[in-house]
Amino acid sequence: MNSAVFPIIVPLFFAILLMFAPTQRVYQKIVATIGILSTLSMSVFVLQKVHTDGAQVVTFGSWQAPFGITMVADSISTLFVTAASLVTLFIIWYSFTAIDREREGNYYYAVVLLMLVGVNGAFTTGDLFNLFVFFEVFLMASYLLSVLGGTKQQLKESLKYMFINVFASALFVIGVAMLYAVVGTLNMADISVRVTQLEQPAIVTAISVVLFIVFAFKAALFPFFFWLPSAYSAPPIPIMALFGALLTKVGVYSILRTYTLLFPLDTTFTHTLLMILGIATMVVGCIGALASWNVVKIIIYNIFIAVGLLIYSISLFNEESFAGMLYYTVHDMLIKAALFLLVGLLVYVTGTQQLRQMGGILTRYPTFAWTFFIAILCIAGIPPFSGFIGKMLIVKGGFASGHIAGSIWVLFSSLIVLWSMIRIFIYAFWSKEGRFETVPKPTYVKMLVPTVTLVALCVAYGIFSSVVWPYVQDGAKLLMDPTLYSQFVLKGVK
Amino acid sequence: MEFVMCAVIGFLFFAAVYLMLSRNVLRIILGTAILSHGAHLLILTMGGLGGEKPPVLQDGVKNAMMADPLPQALILTAIVISFGVTALLLVIGYRTYQTAKTDKIDDLKEDEFHE
Repeated sequence: MNSAVFPIIVPLFFAILLMFAPTQRVYQKIVATIGILSTLSMSVFVLQKVHTDGAQVVTFGSWQAPFGITMVADSISTLFVTAASLVTLFIIWYSFTAIDREREGNYYYAVVLLMLVGVNGAFTTGDLFNLFVFFEVFLMASYLLSVLGGTKQQLKESLKYMFINVFASALFVIGVAMLYAVVGTLNMADISVRVTQLEQPAIVTAISVVLFIVFAFKAALFPFFFWLPSAYSAPPIPIMALFGALLTKVGVYSILRTYTLLFPLDTTFTHTLLMILGIATMVVGCIGALASWNVVKIIIYNIFIAVGLLIYSISLFNEESFAGMLYYTVHDMLIKAALFLLVGLLVYVTGTQQLRQMGGILTRYPTFAWTFFIAILCIAGIPPFSGFIGKMLIVKGGFASGHIAGSIWVLFSSLIVLWSMIRIFIYAFWSKEGRFETVPKPTYVKMLVPTVTLVALCVAYGIFSSVVWPYVQDGAKLLMDPTLYSQFVLKGVK
Repeated sequence: MEFVMCAVIGFLFFAAVYLMLSRNVLRIILGTAILSHGAHLLILTMGGLGGEKPPVLQDGVKNAMMADPLPQALILTAIVISFGVTALLLVIGYRTYQTAKTDKIDDLKEDEFHE
């Protein structure tokens, strides 16, 4: 069965369908909804299939691995694919009211689905060069989304965003070329076998750092984070939510894959590097989140804190921290999207991004205010919400491998997350009446419903974590033993 | 032969870095284009030069004589991608010039409207 590629082909097919009638708004909405729902059901189907029957491997044109391009749906990639499709579903639903007619009439939904193609492809591929190709697919879509609308602000930021990413892509090609010269293959499973047989593993460590820089650009790690705050704040809120929830996670996923599978050679060097940069990224995020008075920027700086935490948990390299990392990534995709949608609503009802000008929303919009409050508890990791379980596992893994200071810093950073978010709640929702726009009630409700549903889903993800737990556990086991991956790709062992 | 190629690639990277460090948007775009050319040549060189026969199985062609087909396939893909991205960059660079009335990257700093 070719089920591994369904979450990539289905959105591609619907994106092509959407391109036939760009100006028919009803057609666009209906086809986009059907497209994302079928993508989601396909990903859930593959997730279940991988859990019961073992990893699904597809080689294109039946050229057996390591010669052909392999697509591998294992428990890690399908988990990420499912989360990405779920987040996109809510963002498309929210876009029905939040995106203006001009953007809707100019291939907005088609490009969103194309970005999902790239993201799902990057999660699924088992070939390093193919990973580069899927990076370019979602980057092209993200360039389009970030410039769609053509305001001065968007054009300026897209241009700089493109420069950064074109440079990073060139580095990616350079890293792939060097790795090919050393190991003579690009199939990830085959690389993982061959790097252990090399006579000079030091050169592979050097190449791993080149590739790390590429992924650090995408994941916005310290010191490659500088482009993100301005680039993400230019496009409209739903696009921002899509970028914030998915794009940095692709970078994190690539670091996770390469550093567990391809380069587990000189772990004292590489994983110390990961740990230091992860912690530094969290510091940058904390400073930014506390310093900013712009609500959108506060959420954007919270992305850094999450990415830093995930990289820190990869650097710990034990089963508990990997389980925590997988669980927390899915949580973070959901809650970041939810927070962006909430902030979009906040900006919509107040007509400003400045926290100082807001106030008194609690009395006018109580449902919205309390949803926001629950989302704050979720992201800060207050039990029993979903952030708690992931952070607890990561901190436990940290203590188990003896990194006490880093783990205490993780706990401290979640207090800062709570502080930065509660600041929004105090100023915008509690204090005396601030700026308000006159907002038509039906539009407000139409934007509120997907947001509330997504926050409810985040809460459910925490409370019913036992449902997701088996999948997370499978993934953590796979990350600890890279030979399992090469066995089912190269030898077809289930 | 590999040595000459390495010198050429090094020169391309040098030219690309020089162009990308300038303030003019058009020069930066040309710099990224040259950088990707350097990267493509690097793939070709890293795959090993000197295969004399095409990579087609037939009598009398041994494994060692064949050119490695994979780097060529990779370059083809990478060229197409960089071609598309450069075209998009030029369009967006031109639109930015029209809208912001400047082609200096320093003038494209983030507006201070939200702080």
